[in-house]
Amino acid sequence: MYEIRLHSRGGQGGVTAAKMLALAAIREGKFATACPFYGAERRGAPVVSYIRIDDAPIKVYSQIRQPDLVIVLDMSVMETVDVLQGIREDGRVLINSPHPVDMQGHPTYHVDLTGIALSLNLVIAGSPILNTPLMGALAKMGFVSFDSVKDAIEETFSDERNVAAAKLAYEGLGQ
Amino acid sequence: MLTIATGNKAVADAVKDARPEVVAAYPITPQTEIVEQIANYVASGELGSRYIPVESEHSAMAACIGASATGVRAFTATSSHGLVYMCEMLHWAVGARLPIVMANANRALGPGWNIWAEHTDSLSMRDTGWLQVYVGSVQEAYDATLMAFRIAEHTNVLLPVMVNLDGFALTHITQPLETVDPGDFIPPMELPHAIDITNPVGYGTLTPPGEYYKFRWDIERSMRSAAGVIEETQAEFGKRFGRRYGATEEYRCEDAEVIVVAMGTLGKEMEIAVDTLRSEGMKVGSMRIRWFRPFPDLDLEGREVVVIDRDYSFGFGGIVAHAISSKYDVSIYSVIAGLGGQEVTYDDIAGFVRDRRPGEEFWFGVDA
Repeated sequence: MYEIRLHSRGGQGGVTAAKMLALAAIREGKFATACPFYGAERRGAPVVSYIRIDDAPIKVYSQIRQPDLVIVLDMSVMETVDVLQGIREDGRVLINSPHPVDMQGHPTYHVDLTGIALSLNLVIAGSPILNTPLMGALAKMGFVSFDSVKDAIEETFSDERNVAAAKLAYEGLGQ
Repeated sequence: MLTIATGNKAVADAVKDARPEVVAAYPITPQTEIVEQIANYVASGELGSRYIPVESEHSAMAACIGASATGVRAFTATSSHGLVYMCEMLHWAVGARLPIVMANANRALGPGWNIWAEHTDSLSMRDTGWLQVYVGSVQEAYDATLMAFRIAEHTNVLLPVMVNLDGFALTHITQPLETVDPGDFIPPMELPHAIDITNPVGYGTLTPPGEYYKFRWDIERSMRSAAGVIEETQAEFGKRFGRRYGATEEYRCEDAEVIVVAMGTLGKEMEIAVDTLRSEGMKVGSMRIRWFRPFPDLDLEGREVVVIDRDYSFGFGGIVAHAISSKYDVSIYSVIAGLGGQEVTYDDIAGFVRDRRPGEEFWFGVDA
């Protein structure tokens, strides 16, 4: 089982990102679950979502303690949240950043999701849309194919700029 | 079609496929998405129900009672404080023999204010006469809701059914979901005592002592028949749609010397604990109780039993543990865990089994 923890802020689309990845994975015949941790979160507050992907049905409902991958959609949450807590020794990190950042030596991928969203004017209520470009980066990392990501995005959103954003992130992922 | 859905969405989809004529709704976390999604289906024309937004849960059930009494299919959903607020009407639905279906997102009761999973809300409605099923996955939430209509409306039952799913843990998790075309799986509802305006009669009149107990006995008679109707319905569902359910879900119980029992999502997660303990050489199995009313026959003879209660009856103990100990002569280690959404992992569950002390009660997080 592969376990992913996604850190974002309420309103940035982290919960929908988790759902889209789960959808892309099950379309490829895998099993997947996505769940947000619900507390007293509201727009702008740090939030956490979990995604599990496996070849067998998933029976776990408790939170992910030792993620294989940590995704940080908003680097500012790191001021108050220890995003690397419990990460596996060989765990990887994916950050929304135009440049590399050292995440305590963990293999770290970076992609400028905010820049991509702004370049396509993919903005809702003043916030750049980060979750659809994120799907492209995850495809590049090999979790699912780009075609599955494209399908999952199109099933979730009608604006075709979302797929374009995913394509840019697919091409722009750095390590 | 295979897609993904939350537990709430799965219930709403099952309601859409079961086509009730009336849905009365009042929102409450964490069930709100159910009635929101149903409202969307009604607004888009995908579901032709009359949707009645009401001013309280008491009214939601009262509206379902009024609708059902005219012989039409009715549905509502609630949770926690909403459920206990409609308590009076829950008894009424049973006494009036109305096959209403309701989803309850299991949530703790305040204060302290809490929106997370616990079973005390629905278990405190144990003696109302509602059938109660507790589900353990998004798929099961869909399947059980669909089956609930057929079971409730069966001529040998005619009692309401409550489908319980863990708040947030199941209502908000996204999992694969395969919906079905029910076809004639749920026959048209036929209520023998439906209100007929061309033939006026009195309902709910004073029922003297010499008559009242006969109605109570008839409820119990139907509750006893319900066990067979549930079995038949689940078998037919399996035959038509390929997914099989029992009154319980047993996992690696064949040669088990210790059986761990729970309901809801903990009852799924404990299967991982069973695998861990089996790999350590312990003969352990798990039994997830799905139907709590009518209470099923359990094969526990000669085993040690660990019961995890996500509920409590103050001054007495875990409600599931005591349901089992009052029916079966088995040694029980009663674990109270997961109250108000308390995090319980499969490792914790394995620990409960390893450190079991038969005959005792253990409060997770409190007792050492």
